[in-house]
Amino acid sequence: MFDVIVVGAGPAGSMAAKTCAENGLKVLLIEKRQEIGTPVRCAEGISKQGLKRFVEIDRKWIAAEVIGAKIYAPDGTEITMAEEMAGNEVGFVLERKIFDRHLARLAAKAGAEVIVKTAFISFERRDGRLKVKMRRMGEEWEVETKILIGADGVESKVGRMAGIIRTLRKSEIESCAQYLMSNVEIDENYTYFYLGNELAPGGYAWIFPKGNKCANVGIGVLPSKAKANAKYYLDKFIEKFGIEGKIVELVCGAVPVYGEIETAVSDNIMLAGDAAYHSDPITGGGIANALCAGYYAGKVAYEAVKKNDFSAGFLRKYDELWKSDFGWKLRRNKKLQEFFLKLDDQTLNSLAKSISGRNIREMSVQAIIVELLKSNPHLVDLIKNLLI
Amino acid sequence: MARKAVVNRGKCAYCGACVAVCDFFALELVETYLEINENCNGCSICVKVCPMGALSLVEV
Repeated sequence: MFDVIVVGAGPAGSMAAKTCAENGLKVLLIEKRQEIGTPVRCAEGISKQGLKRFVEIDRKWIAAEVIGAKIYAPDGTEITMAEEMAGNEVGFVLERKIFDRHLARLAAKAGAEVIVKTAFISFERRDGRLKVKMRRMGEEWEVETKILIGADGVESKVGRMAGIIRTLRKSEIESCAQYLMSNVEIDENYTYFYLGNELAPGGYAWIFPKGNKCANVGIGVLPSKAKANAKYYLDKFIEKFGIEGKIVELVCGAVPVYGEIETAVSDNIMLAGDAAYHSDPITGGGIANALCAGYYAGKVAYEAVKKNDFSAGFLRKYDELWKSDFGWKLRRNKKLQEFFLKLDDQTLNSLAKSISGRNIREMSVQAIIVELLKSNPHLVDLIKNLLI
Repeated sequence: MARKAVVNRGKCAYCGACVAVCDFFALELVETYLEINENCNGCSICVKVCPMGALSLVEV
């Protein structure tokens, strides 16, 4: 019997398994694919801060470092957010294929058992424990555990079978397509974001440098607003902006933009990362929150084993931790996302104009909102009401 | 006449977007192979969400 079984070896799962193992728990980490980290389903951007909190930086999986971001309104108006001091790079673009493997290895090194090509099928509660059914290299396999951590991504089976999350609606998921392109001519010190209801309905397009003139060129659209699939909008974006370069990789994925879920636990079970809809409703960023959630889930699993209490009531400690760390931000950004979704291109243009040329030193949603409010006093009450 | 989702494997990029929105556990990503089972009731949300346009509905 295991203390903990973790489903999914992405950032959330590996961090959870690592934390459990470091605390002396007997932990099993399963990954349904035969290779950890592929296929990638990510634009790979993360703030330096969000990463450094939980992982020691290793150049092997850093593709590029950036000093800021440039955001473009539909008419091309530019907003620059940048840390101007040299050496103060604020963001990384990762090489997820290597990053994810690195994290899984850290978990293994700490003592976790890691098994690939093994999928979660179902669980059954018995005498306060779980019997977990898996498919391991094509064969059925049943193991008992005290705790199950679902880090099985946006399509989380653990979460939905446990009744913790409900299935996402068309307005709660970004459908994304991305090319890794070579020979892209950009200033590699920045990440680039493009807004517009025609360009990327309910989402945005991006260009993230990956070093050596390569870049992730991608788009996310909200299916409830989009008239075609994400790849269609991506191809149109590349054509419109005359982005030249060869496509050397195709990446697809879906990002939950749900906001904060009420709880990420039930008896014996915790969810972390995209499985708990932990990605940000405005930026779509999910790695930092996943690492954080995985860490907390591991900590609470350790406490639960020590106390021999696996009830939802006890595991709610995990809710308290992730909610006070970043859950409040998911809640706030969901409201802001709903506000921004209602704006037409003309309004987006004029808002961008009102703060274009400003020196925005911090790369965050909050920094933009603060600037917008300074220049648009009529929005103050509106946004205040939204956020209360 | 009932309708059911089918996948064009040449287009599918096995990202799991469809699995995430299916309320009936009708889709499953087995490693990189998308399986659609008899739970599918042809609601079409997966067709709408697929980034590649790899899913469509057929009459069965």
